Amino acid sequence: MADPFLTVTHLTRRFDVSKPWLNRVLEREERQFLTATADVSFAINKGETFALVGESGSGKSTIAKMIVGLLAPTEGQIAIDGQKLDPKDPVSMRALRRRMQMIFQDPFASLNPRWRVGDIIAEPIHTLGLMPRAEITVEVARLLDLVGLSKADAGKFPHEFSGGQRQRIAIARALASRPDFIVCDEPTSALDVSVQAQILNLMRDLQDEFKLTYLLISHDLSVVRHMSNRIGVLYLGRLVEVADAKRLFHEPQHPYTRMLLDSVPDLALSGRRRKPVSGEIPNPISPPAGCAFHPRCPVAQDQCQIAVPALRPTPTGEAACLLAGVAPPTDA
Amino acid sequence: MQDTKPRGRLFRIWDSDVAASFRRSPVAIVSGLVALVIVLAAVFAPWIAPTNPYDPSSLNLMDGFTPPMQPNAFTGNSYLMGTDNQGRDVFSTILYGARISLFVGVSAVLLAMVLGISAGLVAGYRGGWVDAVLMRVADVQLSFPSILIALLIFGVARGIIPPTQREAMAIWVLIVAIGLSDWVQFARVVRGATMVEKGKEYVQAARVIGVTPLRILIRHILPNVMGPVLVIATISVALAIIAEATLSFLGVGVPPTQPSLGTLIRIGQQFLFSGEWWILLFPAVTLLALALSVNLLGDWLRDALNPRLR
Amino acid sequence: MTKPLLSVRDLVVEFPTRRGTLRALDGVSFDIAPGEVLGMVGESGAGKSITGAAIIGLIEPPGRIASGEVWLGDTRIDQLSPEAMRRVRGRRIGMVFQDPLTSLNPLYTIARQLTETIRTHMDASEGEARARAIALLDRVGIPAAARRIDDYPHHFSGGMRQRVVIALALAAEPELVIADEPTTALDVSVQAQIIDVLKEICAERGASVMLITHDMGVIAETADRVAVLYAGRMAEIGPVRDVILQPRHPYTAGLMGSIPTLEHAADRLVQIPGAMPRLDAIPAGCAFNPRCTQVMDRCLRDRPALRPVAPHHASACWLVDDKGAHHG
Repeated sequence: MADPFLTVTHLTRRFDVSKPWLNRVLEREERQFLTATADVSFAINKGETFALVGESGSGKSTIAKMIVGLLAPTEGQIAIDGQKLDPKDPVSMRALRRRMQMIFQDPFASLNPRWRVGDIIAEPIHTLGLMPRAEITVEVARLLDLVGLSKADAGKFPHEFSGGQRQRIAIARALASRPDFIVCDEPTSALDVSVQAQILNLMRDLQDEFKLTYLLISHDLSVVRHMSNRIGVLYLGRLVEVADAKRLFHEPQHPYTRMLLDSVPDLALSGRRRKPVSGEIPNPISPPAGCAFHPRCPVAQDQCQIAVPALRPTPTGEAACLLAGVAPPTDA
Repeated sequence: MQDTKPRGRLFRIWDSDVAASFRRSPVAIVSGLVALVIVLAAVFAPWIAPTNPYDPSSLNLMDGFTPPMQPNAFTGNSYLMGTDNQGRDVFSTILYGARISLFVGVSAVLLAMVLGISAGLVAGYRGGWVDAVLMRVADVQLSFPSILIALLIFGVARGIIPPTQREAMAIWVLIVAIGLSDWVQFARVVRGATMVEKGKEYVQAARVIGVTPLRILIRHILPNVMGPVLVIATISVALAIIAEATLSFLGVGVPPTQPSLGTLIRIGQQFLFSGEWWILLFPAVTLLALALSVNLLGDWLRDALNPRLR
Repeated sequence: MTKPLLSVRDLVVEFPTRRGTLRALDGVSFDIAPGEVLGMVGESGAGKSITGAAIIGLIEPPGRIASGEVWLGDTRIDQLSPEAMRRVRGRRIGMVFQDPLTSLNPLYTIARQLTETIRTHMDASEGEARARAIALLDRVGIPAAARRIDDYPHHFSGGMRQRVVIALALAAEPELVIADEPTTALDVSVQAQIIDVLKEICAERGASVMLITHDMGVIAETADRVAVLYAGRMAEIGPVRDVILQPRHPYTAGLMGSIPTLEHAADRLVQIPGAMPRLDAIPAGCAFNPRCTQVMDRCLRDRPALRPVAPHHASACWLVDDKGAHHG
């Protein structure tokens, strides 16, 4: 942990979801804010895969967008290799952009349908001015080969490819600037399982070959388990648990993590006993006071309704629960 | 993996769904042919037309009011569509007139497209107050009939341009007047499409790379919003030709020395009740055929590009 | 075996396009016994949703059933008039779709939609229908059902809406419920609840379920038997346990290996090379032959029929010989 590659500190993002001014005046309503991400801090080490898991409204995609500069944080900081991300400083942003790329969820939307594949892959090289024009064709061929496509594919359009092949093209584009960090936002959730396996294996191979650091955003616990070294669990915009991947699944510390694990279908037919899951995710515009999970929590106590618990150390990492790190509650 | 080699551009166009839909639609084929014939005839008018109606030396007043396909009582000359009051061959004036009508119509739409697309892209991508201002201007303009706006612009231009230049500038004034009255619909459609496209992941991918907003608009978003723009442009050409004809008919368009179809109709209607019907009828039918065929093409294009109607 | 409730025989569904006719479903046969839950899995484009649509007569034109038969009990339903088919849907077959909003009319209250369905198909007074509707909502787990019944669909969260849709599908006490990706749009923690509700309430009422999903995990937890579709053909069908633990078709085996699980972390996932062929490029012989690791000459020439490999378990693969033994 001596040398974190990416550090995120007290990251918060609020969205103004108020009605237009005139409606607010007429209907006497207050401005409304949605806190998509609240006070999130974590660090990613060089060469590891850090995963953020959560259900809808957990703010995982918002965090991804802030890290790659698509959204500005309301509060908090992001630093890469100790260098602060500052959208107002184009020179440093340019240097950071080369090092940091993103793979998107929907390979049908993430490639411009009017562009040839070769141009799509070459765009980062052009934009960042990494290479003389004459060498780009060769580089594109190399990238296509790297992701398991052929040189001739550069002349085709995205609609000529299947979903899995498109995601390969998107990965080739992400690799074009030779980054050392890639944010993968639900990279396989739009793909069929047999294709998902191909893409996950490819991502692993590329990580080994280029010493890549991944931030993996996913709602799928099995994918996360398969891919990551450490995992952060989000609930309603807050980090509720960070733990070593292997241990998280055996020793979940936060009751929400436990519930999430219980809700994963038992594919191996192991007869794993599941507790019935209760309740639904509250509206993120008006989250419950205190610990946002307390209305669904089987071990909630009175204090849980008052203050938001801070992350505290546990045997496996950190968890934001009053009971974390304490012996599991007994019935007595 | 599919092993289709990238084939030629022409083949791709021929093989596309739009081309297939064209081949299946008799209306599209017929109106396409009609429009093509008129456009070609207009473009090549100097080589097709039997006489040059703009050349005063070739005119013979004795030839005036010759009915179609009948020898003139004095000169014995016979004309396909007869002659007008000044002895100009109606067929030739129609060819030259369609040339001007088409030039004005297409130029005006190009101007409207450039203005409307730029405004729409910026408003849709930027949002906020830029969007609010541009769209309120558009709303205000939409609440007036576009012909009134064209008349207003025409009037203002008349005030600015010195009288000696007026005749030479007339066509350009007309183009600006029609173009400025027509940009709003392009702006609205492009704005809506831009707002959809900018949320798509390929635009986000470009932003992550650090592509400048201008380049994102032109290279990424523009090609993806051109479908509906083409549809409106086609229909707008028909409307602009009619607008030009209307203005010329009202006498504020192109001067009679360089008659457009509208000017010809204005001239022709003076003689309708004295029996010289051909002077009105042929230009009017040409205008109708041109506007209708272009309009039908536009309708077909809209259906062909709309996947939900396929 | 008891007489099946639903019997699908050699179903072929075709979509004419300008580049030729596409076979979205090519000779699919299966039965569903009364009270049984049959899972139907496959990747997108494999034909699982089309199978469901064909059974309830809702294939979008120009698609059509080109041949084959669908029997519901003693009635052949693939040739019914649209009017007769409408009566079968709702009364004898209930439906649950992926997006609950497509099944609920946003302009009517839940009460109106439920009582209307109940009164259309069953003999009940307004008051009885309402009482029954409230009981149903209560059963699918809507809290304070008596009060919430007068709400509109948009007042409910996604998970609650899907519960309402399940209530609606079961309102007329159908013999068969077809659920097409009922949990795909929902969060994992809600998904488990919905699956439980669907499973319990159908079991309670003795309704059979055809559960269409791409999620093997959901099938594993819910279904009695599972049918695996590939490129519009049935690759394998059998009891869930057998198919998952001892798949007899190379495609099923690959599919199971490619799913990451919580239980054992493999370093690399088994991957099936390539992708499912498009419907206009299905290879001769076995449709899976370009991706199969155990492909033989025969697979390139002849299409394998579905043949028994074990009791109630059949696979369409040449590796299975006529006696049902497995080579390779």
